[in-house]
Amino acid sequence: MIYREAGQFKTSYRQDAAIFPILQDRIAIWFYLFVAFIVIPTFGSDFFINSMMIPFLIFAMASIGLNVLTGYTGQISLGTGAFMGVGAYACYKLTTYFPETNIIILVLLSGFFAAGIGMIFGLPSLRIKGFYLVVTTLAAQFFLEWCFIRVPWLYNYNASGAIEVPQREAFGLIVTGPSASPSVRYLVVLSIVVFLTWIVSNLIHGRIGRTWMMIRDMDIAAELIGVRPLYAKLSAFAVSSYVAGVAGAMLVFFWLGAAEVESFDVNHSFLILFMVIIGGLGSLVGSFLGAAFIWMLPIIIRAVPKMTGLDINASTVEQLNFMIIGALIIVFLIIEPHGLARLWAIAKQKLRIWPFPH
Amino acid sequence: MDLLYNIFIDPFAQMAATPDFLLQVLWEGFVTGTLYALIALGYVLIFKASGVFNFAQGIMVVFAALSLVGFYEAGVPAYLALIMALGVMGVMAIGVERLVLRHMVNQPEIILFMATIGLSYFLIGAGELIFGGETKSMITQELGLPTGSTVVDVAGGIVILQHIDVAAAVIAAILVAALAFFFSKTRIGRALRAVADDHQAALSVGISLNQIWAVVWFAAGIVALATGIMWGARSDVSFALQIVALKALPVLILGGFTSIPGAIIGGLIIGVGEKIFEVYWGGLLGGGVEGWFAYVIALIFLLFRPQGLFGEKIIERI
Amino acid sequence: MNAAAPQPYTTEDGREIGGVLMEMKNITLKFGGVTAIKGISFDIQEGEIRAIIGPNGAGKTSMLNVINGFYHPQEGEIVFRGETRSRMRPYEAAKQGISRTFQNVALFQGMTTLDNIMAGRTLKMHRNFLWQLLRYGPALDEEIEHRRKVEEVIDFLEIEHIRRTPVGQLPYGLQKRVELGRALAAEPSLLLLDEPMAGMNVEEKEDMSRFILDVNEQMGTTIALIEHDMGVVMDLADRVVVLDYGKKIADGPPGEVQSNQDVIDAYLGVPH
Repeated sequence: MIYREAGQFKTSYRQDAAIFPILQDRIAIWFYLFVAFIVIPTFGSDFFINSMMIPFLIFAMASIGLNVLTGYTGQISLGTGAFMGVGAYACYKLTTYFPETNIIILVLLSGFFAAGIGMIFGLPSLRIKGFYLVVTTLAAQFFLEWCFIRVPWLYNYNASGAIEVPQREAFGLIVTGPSASPSVRYLVVLSIVVFLTWIVSNLIHGRIGRTWMMIRDMDIAAELIGVRPLYAKLSAFAVSSYVAGVAGAMLVFFWLGAAEVESFDVNHSFLILFMVIIGGLGSLVGSFLGAAFIWMLPIIIRAVPKMTGLDINASTVEQLNFMIIGALIIVFLIIEPHGLARLWAIAKQKLRIWPFPH
Repeated sequence: MDLLYNIFIDPFAQMAATPDFLLQVLWEGFVTGTLYALIALGYVLIFKASGVFNFAQGIMVVFAALSLVGFYEAGVPAYLALIMALGVMGVMAIGVERLVLRHMVNQPEIILFMATIGLSYFLIGAGELIFGGETKSMITQELGLPTGSTVVDVAGGIVILQHIDVAAAVIAAILVAALAFFFSKTRIGRALRAVADDHQAALSVGISLNQIWAVVWFAAGIVALATGIMWGARSDVSFALQIVALKALPVLILGGFTSIPGAIIGGLIIGVGEKIFEVYWGGLLGGGVEGWFAYVIALIFLLFRPQGLFGEKIIERI
Repeated sequence: MNAAAPQPYTTEDGREIGGVLMEMKNITLKFGGVTAIKGISFDIQEGEIRAIIGPNGAGKTSMLNVINGFYHPQEGEIVFRGETRSRMRPYEAAKQGISRTFQNVALFQGMTTLDNIMAGRTLKMHRNFLWQLLRYGPALDEEIEHRRKVEEVIDFLEIEHIRRTPVGQLPYGLQKRVELGRALAAEPSLLLLDEPMAGMNVEEKEDMSRFILDVNEQMGTTIALIEHDMGVVMDLADRVVVLDYGKKIADGPPGEVQSNQDVIDAYLGVPH
């Protein structure tokens, strides 16, 4: 009874075309934003913000990137990790060349480099479909990984081969480097994530998003209707890689502080793919739910033995973690191939008619 | 000019100058290719019979090898450990059929594919939990596999043949022959081919899909165990191998997802091709090109022939 | 083949039929060794309902695929609006105003009815990427303007109640109707319908016939359709072309075709 739209009449198509046409949803969104922007930075501990919230947001961003490609356009990619890497290395080079420019602007710019690389590796998708495309994205993954090691220019010829984040200020606050406070970094990440999520949501609800979904659902029919596969697929690759690239830049600049090729390896590509599957293919909310689930689950699994007083060593916990994630993925695909987002929608549907069963 | 010389002339000059070294490189490539082909074979078996692209095949290779070594380390005699490892693959096959495939009939291919990624995570966790996460070495000698090497004089020089490599090639050949026999001469093999042609039709003439799936996964498990032994003997047994196992994907692109000869030829092309490229051209790029060469070859190949080496031209219908 | 070009005329029920909209000249289409269409010529006049009939495997669907640029014939030429058409990609045909439905419903299963029909208007929407990013100003105005058109189509086809339903969950008959809606949303000048009534019950067939006639009458859309139900074809079509084994065996008004001995042999041999 609480969540119902009865009595909310839309008098124009403009109202009906809103992204959240239902009042309760709009209230909920404002509530979430209030919690995220005000409550968490005020009351959250440094550990909670630094080890849980920041990576959660960054991975959610990367999941949104992959979701654009896989969930909305139907092109499977195992190259997300590498595209994140392109963003990170691009941002590192940008800070080297433009040390005075606001770092947030550089992070947002670095995504364009990832978008460019993404489009190049997206070109084969015009001829290649399904599993075959997996292989071409793996080509991107391994080739780019190789570049991150073998092209020393990318890491300024460091002896360590790692990129280390310099200290940068924005708006009078230290936002990167070891002395930046978790709350500040969190707020920067949150702002970027909210902004880009809004942008992606706009795209998805408009013409471009529709052409992506047309390609996903039936590419031949889409072409017969007038979609040009070239534009539709490459724009999906570009947007997807842009978002992944920004996520990669944030990963290094606002969380890790320093990174090597390992932070962008194929395992990260898998990790992001799992977040998308568990969260729900073709759902932005799902990207957040999936990222929360996959990121928080290991932390919880690690915490459980401590709380129950069981003495399990760290590697065992790690292995259990692998098994549980693997098993959960299968269970999810069997019970609910549409992921957490569908469960969320069903819950809302139930809430709409509560307390009546039908 | 220098660059052009380095790309187009120098490598061939080197090949001509030291033919024995070229032969050595070719042989190394051939052996690696055999192992790629064996992994690809596992994919083909499962894809043919169930349309599932089994991402976990590479993990199964490691898992099988790990259980073999794990049993031996626990004090089981080598040959008994081999049989027990086979048993593990059998249990896994039945488990996969009962717990995963059976519940996913009629799901789109992509969902099944993702389920096998979940399966590979599960197997990695389970393998390390049961048998320990540290790198192990294969019990080559205990299994009676040859370990020495022979030096052969050819082409005015020498080529070194590791006995284990020769054994790998022979075992691969035997395995392929056995599978070919199994497919063409046995009742279940014929049923399997029927299933591969058309699921519905196979069901309607009374073939049990569940049984077929379990059998096929077991067969893929046997192939995985053989591959794991051979591979383990050349390097070590650890899940780091999974990255190498991914190379079966470009092999499949070349050979096609359903062709056993395709898997073998594709494996050899990739194995030999990447060795030659690494040795003669890799230096120009700073080395380490083996990591991506296979994928780039597959990618270029796909652009010109999306249906693979042995596939038929696809006619799009609507 | 050498008959004079068809002239404009007025039908018994008062519709104006114009000159030739599309002409197929000696079309031959092969797949490897199989010849699907052998030297077929026929034309479609503006404003008419043209039926293509024939037994299974006669090459009807291949013919539609040729018309909208999905297959490229090895021989022959296609003249559309007086211009000889070169080898083109399907979206170019769509751009020229040819839209179609499919034998096996080819809707976008994951999208709602509304989105599917909006998809039909893809070619008419032009706001660029930057406006789309913001979903504000011109991009939103455009979206809403097209939404209005789409609602007209939804009204016309009487599918208001399933606007928000993902089409994958709809019964077959409704899916066919949504698919017609998607084709109509493009405001085509030539509408191709591939077995619009396949698998429908009598009531649904009557509804669909009514929609087809209304589209033709009210919007003046030229329609070429493939259909198996002879009763429907005889009622709807102004002219019928009959194919058998990739060859044309008859062409003319329904009554004439029905009494053609070749057609009776090939297709109508069974008493109805």
